[in-house]
Amino acid sequence: MQPLTHRGRLFACQSIRDVGDKMVLSLASAPAFIVERDETRCIACQVCVRQCANDVHYYDEVDGSVRSHDAQCVGCHRCVTLCPTHALTVRTNPLEFRPHANWTGEALRNIYKQAETGGMLLTGMGCDQPFRIYWDHMVLNASQVTNPSIDPMREPMELVTYLGAKPERLEFRPEMVSAGEDGERPSGSCMALTTEASPQLELQVPIMFSAMSYGSISLNAVLSLARAAEAAGTYYNTGEGGLHQALYPYGAHTIAQVASGRFGVHPQYLDTAAALEIKIGQGAKPGIGGHLPGEKVDLDVSRTRMIPAGSDALSPAPHHDIYSIEDLRQLIYALKEATGYRKPVSVKVAAVHNIAPIASGIVRAGADIVAIDGLRGGTGAAPTMIRNNVGIPIELALAAVDQRLREEGIRHRASLVVGGSVRNSADIVKAIALGADAVYIATSALVAMGCHLCQRCYTGKCNWGIATQDPYLTKRLNPDMGARRLTNLLRAWSLEIKEMMGGMGINSVESLRGNRDHLRGVGLNQVELDALGIKSAGF
Amino acid sequence: MAWCAIENRYGDDKVSSACGLFGYMDTSGALHAGTRIIDAICNMQERGNGLGSGYAAYGLYPEFSEHYAFHVMCRDDAARQELDGYLRRHFAVVHDEPIPHRHVQGILDPPVVWRYFLLPLSAQMVGRSEQDYIVHQVMTINATESAFVVSSGKNMGIFKGVGHPEQIAEFYQVQDYAGYLWTAHNRFPTNTPGWWGGAHPFGLLDWSVVHNGEISSYGINRRYIEMHGYRCTMRTDTEVIAYAADLVMRRHGLSAEMGSAVFAPPLWSEINALPAGEQRAMRLIRQTYGQLLMNGPFAIIVARNGEMLGLCDRIHLRPMVAAIKDSVLYVSSERAAIHLVEPQPDQTWTPLGGEPVIARLGERPRVSGSAALCVTATDKEPSYA
Repeated sequence: MQPLTHRGRLFACQSIRDVGDKMVLSLASAPAFIVERDETRCIACQVCVRQCANDVHYYDEVDGSVRSHDAQCVGCHRCVTLCPTHALTVRTNPLEFRPHANWTGEALRNIYKQAETGGMLLTGMGCDQPFRIYWDHMVLNASQVTNPSIDPMREPMELVTYLGAKPERLEFRPEMVSAGEDGERPSGSCMALTTEASPQLELQVPIMFSAMSYGSISLNAVLSLARAAEAAGTYYNTGEGGLHQALYPYGAHTIAQVASGRFGVHPQYLDTAAALEIKIGQGAKPGIGGHLPGEKVDLDVSRTRMIPAGSDALSPAPHHDIYSIEDLRQLIYALKEATGYRKPVSVKVAAVHNIAPIASGIVRAGADIVAIDGLRGGTGAAPTMIRNNVGIPIELALAAVDQRLREEGIRHRASLVVGGSVRNSADIVKAIALGADAVYIATSALVAMGCHLCQRCYTGKCNWGIATQDPYLTKRLNPDMGARRLTNLLRAWSLEIKEMMGGMGINSVESLRGNRDHLRGVGLNQVELDALGIKSAGF
Repeated sequence: MAWCAIENRYGDDKVSSACGLFGYMDTSGALHAGTRIIDAICNMQERGNGLGSGYAAYGLYPEFSEHYAFHVMCRDDAARQELDGYLRRHFAVVHDEPIPHRHVQGILDPPVVWRYFLLPLSAQMVGRSEQDYIVHQVMTINATESAFVVSSGKNMGIFKGVGHPEQIAEFYQVQDYAGYLWTAHNRFPTNTPGWWGGAHPFGLLDWSVVHNGEISSYGINRRYIEMHGYRCTMRTDTEVIAYAADLVMRRHGLSAEMGSAVFAPPLWSEINALPAGEQRAMRLIRQTYGQLLMNGPFAIIVARNGEMLGLCDRIHLRPMVAAIKDSVLYVSSERAAIHLVEPQPDQTWTPLGGEPVIARLGERPRVSGSAALCVTATDKEPSYA
């Protein structure tokens, strides 16, 4: 428990701040977390004071000790992690409302906040509601007796993945060989390929870093992603943030996004990237646009996004040149024309109810890659109600899309990349077995760089130097160290994926892809099993 | 209860099995009686358990060489009558008769076995090529569950059922037939009791496939094949190999070498070491047909009129030995079986994983791949996996 004196001080502070135009009727601004300081350990070094961008900690010169404004704490653990004497503990503030299954503390607090401010509730990261996580209701297969498992330490195990449109079939022209006096005859074995290939992205691991814009995250965070993508042989995605000059050397590992605001889109941007992605929507906020507040648009961001410094960067909800599928086709081909048909074009959409026909339309519109972002996908900022209630889980969307594209005989015409949310290597194996060509990870990548999922990205006060443009904070993330941690994560996951594939008796990822025989459902009803296209365990 | 004998009792999607296989082709086209193949496959007794075996022969029906020969199994006489009517509505039946067979001690409740020699009715083909029409009709019949088309090619036929290879040979009197290309199979199914429809060889058009192994990529191979209009009705992983061969080597026109690169492609690291042109072709093969890569342990012999292909999975998890004697190429699970029927082969070798062994009518057989570079390897005893 905190000493009473701290409590007193805190409430005094809080009430002074809140009195004014606000009506203090509620516990809306009561602390979400309790910061406990072990006075016997604290040496008043003030590391916590300097580290906290939310001004939770302060030094009381009167009695020479460090105190806390608990109400400002977001639970990011920066102070706990850096406290040299481990004097700090951050706990969730126990619910102070009378228990009610329907009227939860969160429900009440949200109403208090909105009654006071008249505004939309904002949040960051992905949906935090307890929707069923289908990954956790699927189990994987392994070989026993009839089929040897393969040891990836001793045998080749291939994860190389190519993204892009594949031909439906290959055409060969028989090479003519001499047949002595009879002149020439077609050789049975030598064939010359006549099929033209579409541009492909080559991935050493079927994992890419999903779209996070420079602006929503710091340049050091983007640099970490770019360097890790280069080191691991995969790709990162610019999001809607354009391409900062420092990122041009990583162009061969960059997927450049073209979103509704068209920020930072110019010929050099398109030319530098390895692939282009038209962003229609994202899983955290399907159907709505984006808003980077002017405060975050410093000179660098302004240059990169090609907007005046200090102005709000508003992305419209739709692309105002895409009101239908044929308009999408025009933009896809405009981008292909602009880049000489040398780069795959991806179209990213949020997983929504009728995602299967939507994806089919996207493939038929000419996309080389369809990226689908699920209900639990993350974001820098989204209205809470949208984030928590709009869209469908990625597992169901993926299963439906893969199946539909196969039924229509067009699965080869585009690769399928899914995200939102992929938390570990088993999720990836399951996603690939359901039919994904590769996965997009973003939240996992942020966590690898230090994020503690406090869900306050939109405040611009990220103590981990990730979701902020404050130079005092961004320098906390060393891009080389960030890249190393991300590369480690991809390496660790690759090792695990290889072990799981080897266990199934599979030595190449294309034999896992869409191979739902290796999945079984546990604790799912028949409708869910059918939607996922898998059998129940035991069958 | 004849029906029980051809049904898949547990309705399993995939019947995996470990087995013995043998195939040989006289590239001169000379016909050989069935006796040698019977001796060879019966020699590998350990590789089967009496739950299925079969034979495929090419050059079988010279008198009907331009007609599609349908070998069919029916649940009972009524089912055969029904099939008869169906075939006569959709084909011009030139000749039909029961497949000659004998009752054999230990073979219980065999289905009704019949053969039809027929031609497609052009009025019925509506938009399909002749061969696609045959495929379509075979798929349709095999989906009915009361009748199976066992083989449907010209001048070839498949004889198979539940029993040891010597029993099946006796049942169909296989020794009385002559062919220039023979394959045979001895089955050790692991998941379900054998059933007549599930015995090997598998056939479609003039394709026949014998297979030893379990394909761990079956789930995606099947979905890919189904995307191209094939229906997997026999519920075994071998079936997809036959359809895959039909898709890439007939419909898409790939050579047997290219087909092998589809089913058991080189590793990416090996592809990266190839000259630019080959590298591009091989990369495109893997990109285009990755879903047909056959993963897991297998050894297969795929045959069609005039061509035989032996292939193991690319990390060689199932045994395969090849030998040449004059114009004849042998492929077998065990070397002993070859030596039994050909005591003095010119060359014997163990093909590497993913390395095809191919025989073509009119082409003198050659030692394949890396073994060709290493003459001494032909004298070594192969190691059996």
